[in-house]
Order: sequence, then C-alpha cells, then structure tokens
Amino acid sequence: MPDFAIRVDNISKRYQIGLTHERPDTLRDLITTKARQIRYLFKRDQKARYKAPSHIWALKDVSFNVERGQVLGIVGRNGAGKSTLLKILSRVTDPTEGFGEIHGRVGSLLEVGTGFHPELSGRENIYLNGAILGMRREEIDRKFDEIVEFSEVGKFIDTPVKHFSSGMYLRLAFAVAAHLEPEILLVDEVLAVGDAEFQRKCLGKMNDVAQAGRTVLFVSHNMSATLRLTQETIVLDQGRIVMRGPTPEAVDHYLNMGLTKQGARYWEPEEFTGAMNPFLPVCLRVLNPQGKVVDTVHAAEGFAIELEYNLIEAISGLRVGLYMMTTRGEFVFTSFDTDDPEMFETFTERPAGRYISRCLIPANLMNEGRFVLGVNASSYRIKRFFQDDKALTFTVDVTGAPGTQWPEKRLGPVRPKLDWTIEKIE
Amino acid sequence: MESTQQKNHQIPVIYLKPSTGWLPLDFGELWRYRELIFFLTWRDIKVRYKQAVLGIAWAVLQPLLTMAIFTIIFGVLLNTPSQGLPYPLFALTALIPWQLFATALQRSSISLVGNANLITKIYFPRIAIPLSTIFAALIDFVISFVVLLGVMAFYRVWPGLMILWLPLFILLSLLTSLAVGLWLSALNVQYRDIQHMVPFLIQVWMYASPIVYPIETIPAGFWRGIYSLNPMVGVIQGFRWALLGGTRPDITLVISIIVVLILLISGLYYFRRMEKTFADIV
Repeated sequence: MPDFAIRVDNISKRYQIGLTHERPDTLRDLITTKARQIRYLFKRDQKARYKAPSHIWALKDVSFNVERGQVLGIVGRNGAGKSTLLKILSRVTDPTEGFGEIHGRVGSLLEVGTGFHPELSGRENIYLNGAILGMRREEIDRKFDEIVEFSEVGKFIDTPVKHFSSGMYLRLAFAVAAHLEPEILLVDEVLAVGDAEFQRKCLGKMNDVAQAGRTVLFVSHNMSATLRLTQETIVLDQGRIVMRGPTPEAVDHYLNMGLTKQGARYWEPEEFTGAMNPFLPVCLRVLNPQGKVVDTVHAAEGFAIELEYNLIEAISGLRVGLYMMTTRGEFVFTSFDTDDPEMFETFTERPAGRYISRCLIPANLMNEGRFVLGVNASSYRIKRFFQDDKALTFTVDVTGAPGTQWPEKRLGPVRPKLDWTIEKIE
Repeated sequence: MESTQQKNHQIPVIYLKPSTGWLPLDFGELWRYRELIFFLTWRDIKVRYKQAVLGIAWAVLQPLLTMAIFTIIFGVLLNTPSQGLPYPLFALTALIPWQLFATALQRSSISLVGNANLITKIYFPRIAIPLSTIFAALIDFVISFVVLLGVMAFYRVWPGLMILWLPLFILLSLLTSLAVGLWLSALNVQYRDIQHMVPFLIQVWMYASPIVYPIETIPAGFWRGIYSLNPMVGVIQGFRWALLGGTRPDITLVISIIVVLILLISGLYYFRRMEKTFADIV
C-alpha cells in the first residue's frame, strides 16, 4: 500500500491553439483543409506547403506526489495550467504524455452548481447534482437533511432554483458538494463567489474535510484561503512547476512573480459592503526613512509600517495591531498602536474620521529575508473589526547591518544590534 | 489495524495515461454509473414537461395530430394502399415506433453538446448522456403506445400472440437510434454541422421507411433488399405485423438486425475513441 494518494510523473498536456477558445471546426473547414493538403501534395513549392496548426503545452513535465491526508495548495496565474492539471486528475481529459496514479475515489468541487438545472426544484437538484458528483442515491437520502440545513434554503427546497437568489443558489450548490466523501477532493476556485459570510462557512467546511484526514488539492486565487488551508503549495507558471514548498514561501514566490503591487496593499471599499462594519481599512504601506513606499527596506536604517483606515463611527477602546511573520509562518512580534499606557489613555475613544496608525521599526532589528505583515483592528474582548493575516509581504536587506562583515546567512528572524563587551579576565 | 487494511483494499486505483487507439465499451464501469444514467434520464423527462402547459399530453397529441395529417394527405387525397387496414390505424402503428426512433435520435445527437458544462468539468462514461436521452424517449413511447391501443380498440382490432414479439422490435428501434445517435453525437462535438443536418436526415429517413405506404410498394427482390438496409424497415414492418398481422417479417428483418449491429459496434468504438477528446473540443 503506497503512502501517497496521488503520484504524477512527467505529465504534459498539449492543446491545439485556438481549439479551446474558438468555435469547433465545421465540416467546411475540414473539407477545405483536406482539399488544400491534397493540392499541396502535387506542388513542389515547400513554402506553400500546408502548415500544421501550432500547439501550446498547457502543462509540461509536471511531476509530484501528494501524500495521503495532505492538503496541497496549487497557485499560479490564469493560464498557468492549474485547471488543466485538475482536469487531468479528475479524468475529464487525458494527458498527452506522462503517467499518473491515483489511489482513492476522486471528488471534484469545481465551480459549484455544475449540472444544476434551473427548472428543477432545490430537492430535485440535490439528487441530480449529487449523482453527477458521484454520490450514491442512498448516500444522498442519508445526508439530505444535513445538506438542506447547511444550505439554509429551508422552506424553498421545493421551489425551482431559477427563483432562488444567487446567494441561495450558491449555498445549495456548495452544500451538496461539501457533503461529498471521496478520499481525494479537488477544489477549484469555489470560493471565488459568494459573500464574506458564505466564504467563511465554506472555508470552515473545507477545514473539516482536511481535518478528517482526506487528501485535498486546493486551487485558488485567494492567497489567504490557501495560507489558511494548506501547509504546502505548488506554484505553477506556464505549465511547469516552478516551486513546491511551505505555503507561506510558495505564496510569497507567487506574489513576487510580478503583477502584484509592491510595498503597499490597498483594500477596496466594496470588499466590506454588507456588514455594518465601522472600520474600513484603506491601505497598508511599508515606507523607507525618506517616506517612499518600498518593497525592500534596509535593516540598518529602520523603516515604517502604516495602516490607513476610515472610521465610519466612533469606536471606543480601538487598537490597531501589526503581526510580523516570516514567510514560514513563524511570528516575529505583535504590536498594537495603543500598547503605550499614555497612548491608551489618550485614545480611549477614537471619533469617526480618517486615520493613519504608523509604527516605526527601529534600525538594526530585522534579519534579512521576506516578511509577512498581518493587521488587526479590535476592541479588546469586545469586537474584532478587521483582520488580515497576510496583508502584505516585504523584503529586508541587511547591507550595513551588524555582522555583515561575514557574508554568511544568520539564523533567526531578527538581527538586533546588541551591546557586547569583551573583557580580558586573565 | 486489520480494519484499516481492509478499508485500504477497497480503495480504487486510477491510472492516468495518454489514451491509445480503439477501446471496447467498459460495461462494468457503465454499471457503476447506472444511478447517474437514471438521474440524467429523470432530469430529461422532468425538464421536458415542466414548463409545457399541456405537459405530458403532448406525448398523446403528437402522434394523433401526425396521424390525422397523414390520413388526410396520404389516406384520403392520395388514396395510398394500407394493407386492407383503416388508414389511420395503419399509419399510427408505424408512427409510434418511428417517433420513438426519431425523438431518441434527434435528442441524442445534440446531447453531448447540450451537456458541455458537465463534460468539461466532471468525469463519467460519456455514453451515459446519449443513453439517458434515449431512455427518456421511452417514456413518450409508453404514453403514445397507450394511445395506439386506444385507437386499435376504436377500430376493434385485437392483436394476436404475435404481440409477444413486440419487445424485440422496440429494442431494435432503440438500438438503431443509439447506434446512429452515438455516431452523430460524437461527430457533432467537433462538427456542429451535424445538428443542422439531423432534422433533414430524419425527414428523409421517414419517407425511406414504410410509414405512410406499405412495404409492398417497393418491388420485392433486389430493390426490397436494398430498401431493407434501412433498419427501420424491419422495425416498422415488425411492429405492424406484431400488432395488426399482415406481412410477416422475412429476410428484411435479418438484414435490418445485421445493419444495426454493424452501426452499433462501430458507433461504440468511434464514440469511445472520441470520448477522450470531448472535454477538449466541445
């Protein structure tokens, strides 16, 4: 009995360019192409020879193992090959080259609602969708009440789903899929939709699945979800695995492949609509001593981290906190803007308005490397208004820091300048 | 420890590899997916009648209206011979198996494209889709068959023991639609021309079958042999014989069965070969 659930060996997938996007060929195309091919057979002119359509490799020489019970993340930009990989693993399509082995039943949580029919009632769709996802009828019977309860559609269960709100529709679709019990679960972007509360619920359920010891492959653009659910992640780029490692490092690698904003993280107000939240984050920035937003700071000269936010109404006892972590997920420190008793007294209540909470990181504190910043806004033991564990990453450069006369890597997340004395005692 | 080992034994192993060549149909796998086929059939039936005001009544009206039109045009105006039977009954007895075939063929040939969202996302034996449309067509058939029995009672025509042969002809009709449906649905994934072609195909096919005229119209011998290459000739002739008596199916039926088997086996292999590419090109 092997200890892996999935083994993939040099899998490649080739697509004809255009084939996946354009309308399929018509007979007319086939006839004209064949006619051209025949015509060219009789022509000597090499230049005029019919050219075969070009191909792209959606996946190229991808190899990896997934251990039984592991939750593995897969990240990558659009077109990096994530969906193709899941399609191959779920046997929707065959690899062009390579070999794979899967030990266990595979369930797919791809785009919730696949196979839902708008004319059918919620009840009917549960059975239909369940069967499509590979559940047995008695299994659906057994879990039916649980599914309805999870979906919260309640008394609308016998209404055609075309009358459902999009939220109800999604909840029902996810509820069915979430009650699948395969040994291996493939999850693709299911969290891309739905409101914040629904996403929380989905993540919670995903967590349960992982806790139950099942193997999960989790594909998402949502980095904080990936960080929360997985320990290890594969980064795909242009059909190849460019990295496999602990999730914080992999996510960081992915975020640094370009495209992402450096040195600052902005939140859109739309992300927080719906909930009656008085605290609206605007931006988290890392600044060098000259006040410029930067991705790389120098440990030797110190830097600042600031969070800009709006208070819609006054909040009493508010504290805005920073969590500094390494990309491996170890905490370096936690600090709040009202840690100082004097500050605490001054800001017992913060009136509505726009604020910046700025934290100065002293020179010669941090060691070199990538760090992850988390932010949090709460009133102690009353309410947490906002939290983002992985809001921003930045790099610390140690040029000129203590001990750099030896060009070796120092262990530990901090590299403080400490007072040493050397005494000769004998 | 023992129990976990036992559990491990049940874990299926799936191999992923490039598809190669021609594969036979995996009946074991199809059986494991029988519940999916059931639910897809059930969905087709439910959805078809859900928003129709007359609902299932259409399965009654359709053959009756067609019968009326044929009776007026061919029976009354053109005075087509009908083996000594009342023309409406003569036509309806052929229309019932014909509509089973035509409905099943029409629906199955577009079924893969119509279910593209399933095919591109989830694995299952693709044949479940055309198969379920054909099963769904059986429901219409059962209803219209009751209508046929009513019309027979109206004309006081009672079937003899030959009716025991009827299931054979129903099966042959289904297999014909499956055989052609497999070819056309798989071709339609790549060449959408098929779905424009199918209505014409069905129309021509209908006039190439002894529905509005008796088989005797075709000269016996060589031409009858060529004519019987159309498997629906055997089905319709057999249907009339089993219910109304008359011309007993002869060598034509054997030819029909052979043609269906050739179409079906080649269709299954072609479908299996193309199946792997459906998700990529649909």
